[in-house]
Amino acid sequence: MTEKAETLPGVRAAAAPAAARARVPVMVLSGFGINAEIELADAFRRAGASPDIVHIGDLAAQPRLLEDYRIVGFPGGFSFGDHLGSGKVLASLVRAELRTALQQLVRRGGLVIGICNGFQILAKSGMLPDLDGDWTPCVSLIHNDCGRFENSWTECQIYSAASEAWLRGLGRIELPVRHGEGRFVCADSGVLRQLQSNGRVALRYRGRNPNGSQDGIAGICDPSGRVLGLMPHPEAFCDRLQHPKWTRGSDSEPTGLAILRNGVQFAAVL
Amino acid sequence: MRIEVGYRDEFPDGRALRLAARLKRAGVASLQRITLCDVYLLSGYADPGNAVLREVFCDSVVQDFWVQRSDDQPRPHSADWNAVIEVTRKPGVTDPVGITAADALRRAGVVSLPERPVDAAGDGSRAAAVPSAVQSARQYRLVVDGSPDRQLETAQQVAAALHNPLIERAVVLAPYVGAAAAALPLAYSNRIAASPAEVLTFDLASMQPHQLMQLSRDRLLSLEPPEMGAIRDYYADPATTASRRAAGLPAGCTDVELEMIAQTWSEHCKHKIFQAHIEYREDGDDQSAPQHIDGLFDTYIRRVTQSVAAGRDDLKSVFHDNAGVVAFDDRTYVCFKAETHNSPSALDPYGGAITGIVGVNRDILGTGKGAKPIFNTNVLCFGELDTPVEAIPQGLMHPRRVLDGVHHGIVDGGNQSGIPTIAGAVLFDDSYVGKPLVFCGTGGILPARIDNEESWIKHIEPGHLAVMVGGRIGKDGIHGATFSSLALDEASPVSAVQIGDPITQRNMTDFLLEARDRGLYAGITDNGAGGLSSSLGEMAQHSGGVRIELDCCPLKYPGLAPWEILVSESQERMSLAVDPAHIQELISLAAARNVEATVVGRFSDSGAVEVFYHDRPVARLDLGFLHDGLPRMQLTARWRSPRAAAPCPAAPGPSARLVTDDRETLLQLLGEPNIASKEALVRQYDHEVQAGSVIKPFVGVGADAPSDGAVVRPRSGSNRALTVTHGICPRYGDADTYHMAMCAVDEAFRAHIALGGDPERAYALDNFCWPDPVLSEDTPDGPYKLAQLVRACRGLHDACVAYGLPLISGKDSMKNDARLAGRKVSVRPTLLISLMGVIKDASRARSTDFVAAGDHIYLLGATRGELGGTSLEKLLQRAGVAAHLGAPPTVDPRSALALYRALHAAIDDGLVASCHDLSDGGLAVALAESALGGRLGARVDIQTVVTSLPATDGASVQPGLPAVTRALFCETPSRFLASVAPVQQREFEAALAGHTCVLLGRVVEQPVLQVRNGSELRLELGLEQARDAFGRLNGEIV
Repeated sequence: MTEKAETLPGVRAAAAPAAARARVPVMVLSGFGINAEIELADAFRRAGASPDIVHIGDLAAQPRLLEDYRIVGFPGGFSFGDHLGSGKVLASLVRAELRTALQQLVRRGGLVIGICNGFQILAKSGMLPDLDGDWTPCVSLIHNDCGRFENSWTECQIYSAASEAWLRGLGRIELPVRHGEGRFVCADSGVLRQLQSNGRVALRYRGRNPNGSQDGIAGICDPSGRVLGLMPHPEAFCDRLQHPKWTRGSDSEPTGLAILRNGVQFAAVL
Repeated sequence: MRIEVGYRDEFPDGRALRLAARLKRAGVASLQRITLCDVYLLSGYADPGNAVLREVFCDSVVQDFWVQRSDDQPRPHSADWNAVIEVTRKPGVTDPVGITAADALRRAGVVSLPERPVDAAGDGSRAAAVPSAVQSARQYRLVVDGSPDRQLETAQQVAAALHNPLIERAVVLAPYVGAAAAALPLAYSNRIAASPAEVLTFDLASMQPHQLMQLSRDRLLSLEPPEMGAIRDYYADPATTASRRAAGLPAGCTDVELEMIAQTWSEHCKHKIFQAHIEYREDGDDQSAPQHIDGLFDTYIRRVTQSVAAGRDDLKSVFHDNAGVVAFDDRTYVCFKAETHNSPSALDPYGGAITGIVGVNRDILGTGKGAKPIFNTNVLCFGELDTPVEAIPQGLMHPRRVLDGVHHGIVDGGNQSGIPTIAGAVLFDDSYVGKPLVFCGTGGILPARIDNEESWIKHIEPGHLAVMVGGRIGKDGIHGATFSSLALDEASPVSAVQIGDPITQRNMTDFLLEARDRGLYAGITDNGAGGLSSSLGEMAQHSGGVRIELDCCPLKYPGLAPWEILVSESQERMSLAVDPAHIQELISLAAARNVEATVVGRFSDSGAVEVFYHDRPVARLDLGFLHDGLPRMQLTARWRSPRAAAPCPAAPGPSARLVTDDRETLLQLLGEPNIASKEALVRQYDHEVQAGSVIKPFVGVGADAPSDGAVVRPRSGSNRALTVTHGICPRYGDADTYHMAMCAVDEAFRAHIALGGDPERAYALDNFCWPDPVLSEDTPDGPYKLAQLVRACRGLHDACVAYGLPLISGKDSMKNDARLAGRKVSVRPTLLISLMGVIKDASRARSTDFVAAGDHIYLLGATRGELGGTSLEKLLQRAGVAAHLGAPPTVDPRSALALYRALHAAIDDGLVASCHDLSDGGLAVALAESALGGRLGARVDIQTVVTSLPATDGASVQPGLPAVTRALFCETPSRFLASVAPVQQREFEAALAGHTCVLLGRVVEQPVLQVRNGSELRLELGLEQARDAFGRLNGEIV
C-alpha cells in the first residue's frame, strides 16, 4: 500500500496532476447524494490505481478534467434522494453536461464503471447499453418486485466475454446488493434479445433473483465492453473480512477487488 | 401545471404490489388492484413544453407521462380504475421531493415567472405569496368491487391507511369517472397563516403566580411556578432594568426572550430531573432521616466516569459536547451519541423516526470540530402487535402502524444518508402502546488533530461570524423542546412534527467535512431542539456573547414572528463560528455544493445574547441567567420493596403445558416477538455502506441467525475495529430497577465480549426513558417512579464502576406518558445501554453460529435460575396467567468481569469457534440460535447445570417450576454459549480454569437439538421446526 492508503476519513485526496502519476489515474465521482465514493476510491487504490474523488458539480463546471483520467467510477448512493426516480436527476445532468467528455474518454480507450446508483445513472442517461452509439435510453432499473430496499449477499454468474476490460477470467462471484430499485427491465423484448445475442449481459443473479430483474440480469456492458454497469457492489468485497461467512472459515477470493483490478490493469497499458 | 407519471402496465410497480399486500393485511376487502402515480404540481414557472418536462420527470423507457395545463382539460380515464386517492403534504410540511423537483427544473433551465403579489384574498388573514414551487403528491388508482357506496367506503378506508391527517391531506374520488376530473386541482393551497410581526411584551413583575402559570400554559412553555418566579425576579432586578434601558428594550419580558428562556430551560435541554435535589426514603423506614441525593447526574452518572477515568488517557471529551469523544488509535478519535424521538414518532411515526436519525447524525457532525457519521443504531419499542384495535385509545395509532412508519423512517434516514444501520433491537410491550420509544444512535470518526490542535476542542471567539448552514427556517418544529416535556394528549401541537430530508443534509455533510478540512470554520454545533436559540445560545458561552440578526435568517416562506425564527426547529441546519477572513471562501464553497450558508450574527464578549430584528433590539438576556438562572427542583422519592413470588399455575391448560413441556416452551419462546427474527425489517437497512462491516446483523450459513451486535472497521487499511452492542431489559424493573440497570449494562458488555471486544476498551451511553416521576394530581405515584429512577441510576453506577466502563454521553426523556380519552398509559421505566468498544484485530471477532460438527459446546458463567421478569414470565402472563416468577436476574460483577477477561483472552488466542451471549430466553434459546446459524444440530446434557442451581428458598425463586425448566430458560446474566474445536479443547479449558465452564455436549451434523438431563431426554427439536418458529414473525412485519 502507498502512503495514501492511510487517508483519514473525510479527507479528500490531494490533487497532484493525475496524468503524471505512475499509477492509473481514476476519477471517483461524489456529491449530490452519492455516498459510496470513499470505499470505491479505497477499493481502486487496493486494486493498484491512484484515485481522486471529484465532486460532480466541479466536473460539470470543468468537463475537461476528465482528460487526465483513464477510469471514471460512478459510485452507489441516493443521488438527489432518488426523488424523481433512482438516479434520474443526476442522469439528466450527466446527459446535459458530461456526455461529450465521457464519450471522448471511452473513445480513447478509457473505462467507466457504474455501481448501483451509478448503474441507474448510466442506464437512465443512455450511456448504457448504448446500442446505437447515440445514448438512447432503452433499459431501466425500477422498483424491486418486493417493493422494498434490501441488503443481502447474492451469487452471480459473470460472462467475461461481455467485457474483456473488467471481467476477464472471472466466473461465479459473491457480492452484496443494497438497493430498492434494481429491477432490470428493457423497453421491449427486442432490446432484451439484442443484449442477449450481442453478449452485452455482463452478469446474472444465480439462484435467488433479489429484485425480479428480467432474465436475472444484474449488470450490462456497452458495445466496447469498457463501460460496465452493475447493481451488486464490487467495492464491498475487497477483503476476506467483508464476506458474511468469514467466521466460518470461508476463504473465497475477494471477487469485488478482482473486477476492479482487471479494470486497472487493462487501463494501465492504454 | 399538473404532471402525472406512472409505470406502464407491462412494468408492474413493486411499491404497489407491496402496498396491496399491506392493505389486505390491514383488513381492506374488495380492493382488486392498486397502482401508483407520482404527481408534480408546478406553480410560478414559464411553461418549458412537454419535451423538457418529460426529460425532467419521466423515465420514458418504462413510464407514461401526462400533463394538465388548465382546469378544463379532461383527466385521463380508463376502465382500469374506478377510484382515485391523492395524498399531499399540508402547507409548511417539508416536501423533499418537491424541493428536488424544483432543483431539477432549475438545472434544466426552466425559468420562474416574476413573483406574484401577496395574496390578500379571502379569510382576512395575511397569507404569504409563495414564489415558484413544486408540490409533490402521490396518486393511487384503485379498482374496487361493489356498489358506488361501497367503492367510496373502501376508498376512504384505503385513504385513511395511506395518510396521516396531522401532516397530510387526501382527496378521495370514488366512484371515479373521467368527468370528475376537475376535482383534482392544478395546485393545492400552500397558504400558511402569517404570524404578527409585532413583538409582545409581558409585564411579569405585576403578574400573580396564577397569571404566570396561565402564561406558561397558554404559550406551551412547560415552565413550573418556581421557574416562572425566577424569570419574574430577573426582570424585577434593578440591574436588569438598567441594562435593558441602555439597550433600548422595554422593562418587561419580550416574547422572544420568554420563548428563548423556556426553550433553554426545558426538561429536554436542561435535564431538570437529573439535576434535582432528591429526598429518597424506603418503605418501612419512616424513622431515620431520608437520604439526600444532590443531583442524580452528578451523584451517579458523572461519578462513574470520574472513578474509571483515573490512569487512562483514552477519554477525550465526555458529557459536555454533543457526543462523547474517545481515542480509537493514535491518529483518530471516535464518538457516539444516542437520542430518543418518542413524542414526534407517536404523532407521525415516519417523520418522527427520520427526524430522529438525521438529528442524531447532526449531533455527530457538530461534535468537536466536526466528525463524520460512520454508523447508525436504533432500538425501537412498540405496543404488542396483536393488541386488539378496540383496545387502542382514540387518537393513538395501532402499534402495527407505528412500527410501519417508524421503520420506514429509519430505512430512509439511514440508507439515503449513506450511513450503515448496523445494530439495534425491536421490543414489544403493552406499556409502549401510548408512546413508542424510538432510540436513534450514531457513531462518528474524526482525526485526532485538526489544524494542529486536538480535534474535540471548539474555539469560538468574539468577532467570529455566526453562520447558519443548510435548510431554511419555517414554522415546522416550533416548540419541540418544550413539547417533549409534556404528556401526549389530544391538544399536542402539530407544529412539533417535522419531516427530515436526508438529501439536503447529505449535501450539507459533504460540504461541512470539506470546509472542516480546509479550516474554514472555528466552531460548529447542530441545530436540534430549540433551533438557533439553542445552538447560538450554547456557542455564545465560549465567546461570552452573541448578537443575532433575525431578519438575516433565510426563511422557507414569509410570515414568521421574530420569536418563531429564533426557536423553530426546522431540520437540516448547523451553526458555525467563522473567522471573517474565511467567510467568502466558506460561502462560495457552500454555493458550489448546493448548500445555503448565511451570516446571521456575530459572536461577542458582551456577556449577553442580544437579538435584533430589522435593527431593532427584541431580546437581551444575560448569559449567566439564561444558562444558570434555572432554580433546582426539589423532589421526593419513595421506594416500595419488591413483590414476593406469586404461585405458579396449577390448573391444567395450555399455560400449564408451557411449563412442563420444555419443547413447547422453547418453540413459543423462539416465536415470542422480542426473541423472534426481525430480519424482514433489518434487511431493509443498508448495513454495509462505507464498507466497514465485519460482523453483520444476521450471521451463519443462511445469514439468518441473530448476532450479538456489530463489528465494523472504521478505517480502510486497518484491522482495528469497533464493536457496537445494546442492553435493555425493562421487565426486570417490575421488581427492582436497580437490577434492571445492572443487567442492561451487563447485557451490552457481555455482548461486546462475545464478539471479541477488549474488556478494557469499551464506552457506554445511558438513555433513560421514564414515565413522569414528579408527584402531581396526574401522577400520584410519582415518588415511587422517582425512587425507581434513583435505583436505576445506582445500578447503572455500580455495574459500570465494577466493569471499568465509562459513560461518555447520555440523554433522558422523562415524560413518556400518554393521556387520551381519560386513560393514562405510561411506559415501563426503560434504560437503554448502548456500547461502543474496541476490538484490536477484527479477524479475531466471533459470530454466534456453530461452525463444525464435532465441536464441543460449553456454557460459561454460573446459572442461578432467576425467572422474574424473563421472557418465560411474559409468555405465561400473555397466556392469561398472572404469574410472577419471583426475583429478577442479578449481576455478580466481580466474577463476571474475571470471566470476561479470561474469555476475551481465549477468543483473542483463536481458541473459540463461535460465541453467543445468553439473554432473552436463556440457554435454550441461545442453543437453538447457534444451531440455526450453523445449520447444525446439538446434543447436550445439562445435568451439571441443573444440579448446581441454588436451592429455592420460596421467596426469591418461584417454587413450582422443575429445576430443568429453570436451567433452560432462566436469564441469569453474564453467561455465554461457546463452541470449541476438539484440537483446542485442552487449551480452551486451561484458559477458562477457575471460572464456571461446563462442557454441555457437542455440535452434531444431524439437524436436531437434543437436550438431556442425565438419562432423561427433556427436549428434542428439529431445526426446521425451530427455524419456522423463529422466522414466523417476519411474515407479519414486512
